Amino acid sequence: MNVLVFLIPVSVTLGLLGLGCFVWTLRHRQYEDPEGDRQRVLDDRWDDAPRQ
Amino acid sequence: MTMACPGCVAAPDVRDASPVASDITLHLPDIHCAVCIAAVEDGLGALPGVKDVRVNLTQKRAYVSVQRDVDADSLIDTLARLGHRAQVLDTGPLAGQSAVGRDLLMRIGVAGFAMMNVMLLSVAVWSGAADATREVFHLIAAAIALPAVAFSARPFFASAFRALSVRRLNMDVPIALAIGLSAVVSLAGALGLSDRASWFDAALALTFFLLVGRYLDHLGRHAAKSAAADLAALASPQAVLVRDGGDQVVRADALVPGDIIRVTPGSRIPADGIILEGRTELDCAALTGETMPDLRAVGELVAAGEMNLTAPLLVRCTRAGTDTTLHRLADLIAQAEMQKSRYAGLADRAARIYAPAVHLLGLGAFVGWWWATGEVGRALEVAISVLVITCPCALGLAVPAVSTVTTARLFRMGLLVKSRTALERLSEIDEVVFDKTGTLTTGIMALKNAPSDRDLAVAAGLAVGSSHPLSRAICAAAKQRGLTPATVQDLEETAGAGVSGSLDGQRLRLGRPEWVAPDQTAPEASEVWLQQGNNAPAVFRFAEELRPDALACIAALRADGIGVALLSGDAPGAVGRIAGALGLTEAHARMTPEGKAAWLQARADAGHRVLMVGDGLNDTGALAVAHASLAPATALDAARTLADVVLLSDSLMPIREALAQSRRARRRMGQNMGLALGYNVISVPLALAGLASPLIAAIAMSTSSLTVSANAMRSTK
Repeated sequence: MNVLVFLIPVSVTLGLLGLGCFVWTLRHRQYEDPEGDRQRVLDDRWDDAPRQ
Repeated sequence: MTMACPGCVAAPDVRDASPVASDITLHLPDIHCAVCIAAVEDGLGALPGVKDVRVNLTQKRAYVSVQRDVDADSLIDTLARLGHRAQVLDTGPLAGQSAVGRDLLMRIGVAGFAMMNVMLLSVAVWSGAADATREVFHLIAAAIALPAVAFSARPFFASAFRALSVRRLNMDVPIALAIGLSAVVSLAGALGLSDRASWFDAALALTFFLLVGRYLDHLGRHAAKSAAADLAALASPQAVLVRDGGDQVVRADALVPGDIIRVTPGSRIPADGIILEGRTELDCAALTGETMPDLRAVGELVAAGEMNLTAPLLVRCTRAGTDTTLHRLADLIAQAEMQKSRYAGLADRAARIYAPAVHLLGLGAFVGWWWATGEVGRALEVAISVLVITCPCALGLAVPAVSTVTTARLFRMGLLVKSRTALERLSEIDEVVFDKTGTLTTGIMALKNAPSDRDLAVAAGLAVGSSHPLSRAICAAAKQRGLTPATVQDLEETAGAGVSGSLDGQRLRLGRPEWVAPDQTAPEASEVWLQQGNNAPAVFRFAEELRPDALACIAALRADGIGVALLSGDAPGAVGRIAGALGLTEAHARMTPEGKAAWLQARADAGHRVLMVGDGLNDTGALAVAHASLAPATALDAARTLADVVLLSDSLMPIREALAQSRRARRRMGQNMGLALGYNVISVPLALAGLASPLIAAIAMSTSSLTVSANAMRSTK
């Protein structure tokens, strides 16, 4: 069972990483226009270079 | 905008402190796809002075960041050329709302993360981990859970504390008790002070599901609030203020009594006042419901909300801003509104019974077990399990989940639901009452007879410069027949009478029959005569245009077994015509605003639940009294502010859909309540018997919450 010494920190770290990513998406306002983002995928204006 | 006086330029006016526009938010009711987004963003982005444009399709808004000298009108004109309707929004009242939403989402994220990790650890314990492993797992779970609970459950603790500090109970008190007690008891277990089961996962799952319910509720409130603010801001009208040396555009609510304002034909009067200069016809339809314009001259009073039709006016304000007739009427109505806001929704009624019941159950369990076993620890554990299991997770989700889903669905159909309890009230409607002008009719006059092409072309030539509704009807009819208006010289508009001019040496007069041919008997009011030289006058007859699908809408409502009635402030003749065209038997003309409200009150006393559909100031009393109310987007701002639902499309058909959807939503809410209570009926006896382990609590909580959410999302057959 000594493997737990590694596995538990690893799993908690991975979880924290996920939480960090969620906070990042939240900070970048990715939940404010779900409908628009769904449609913007079809937009070909920025295919070649991203919008600055 | 000219400012000639250097003194005025140098001394900043208070009104300048709130510029009409620097960063502009536009409401775009018609956008719906990627092409629309691209058209709006590219179209506006190409304008000089526009720094950035971002379209939000979910809210149907465009956020435009501009340099100071760009005003919203030029943006709206550009969009109109691209084929998109747009209106300016004042987002001031909404500031901070999205921050609240993000804060809740953050707490949900933390609670969700902690819940899943602690669940994993708990699974090991439930499946038989023992000794050191079990202790270590408890400690790790405590290390994750305690900070997470402290952070995520703060809204519940804060709300419970506020309620308790004024010696009251609310729904958050048992929630805070359950979360707090289970965390404390589990901590004691983790530190080895007792060998009780660990409730950390239950505390976190509780927090998580309750936060989700709270977030959905916030979304609903936010949508309602933002709809109300959008619509109130839509009509933040502007006024042209006349100051020494120049005219300046200011917000109408910045006017003060004594200001002199210029009102051009075709715009609404922004404040109550006295006419100093000019003689014009005013369209009072918004205030009284009458379709025929009213003639006013120097020294007469005008009221905010009336529409100037024919000639420019100089008006001295007597009452402005929130003091105008229009606003004071709105204040009176606000009192009637208060009563409506006291309508207790399903969730409120459930909470009122549920909160004391939960406390009594928890307390009863504790006392009963203590008395029966004499063990405080065991009794406390049972009490916690009762509190955790009865905690209204699913109950908290039952109503907001349904109303969020339904409101979004209605928004896609062009209906803006402004009030939180509107759906529940709409579901009880058994009679719909319509206003006439601007609701069942478009409020626009249309030519009804067929004059010769030549007469029409000459009349259009005379009418082309006028914004009188009948002039516009003539021009529209000419355009429809593909006629070019004749080029008329010496155009002269006589306010309240008509237009005169000359063509090929012939004198022309177009206007009221008694003005065109004073010696002949005057017919009905909605006629205009055209006299060319000394010929017999040509007659143009007009009638109000029905909304294209008014008939279909009324038929559909009748098919659903809903009564339909018509209340109008207009003359009996006009009302009779419309009622006849629509086959309405219940139609009342010459109704005063008080009369409408009294009529609705009488219906309410007779046990009917009435939906009022109206657009004018004369409808506001009725909108406030009615069980539920709906206003078209073209309505006067006072009416839109009052209405529970605003119809964004030109069609009336969504009304029927709104009623059908709300009835369905109401059924779903009932089902959800039943589901949530059903889980309690099964699990509470288990908890009272002391059989509920943290595992059972976790399963009951999650399944009931998920079932309820799934039932809300379930699409309709």
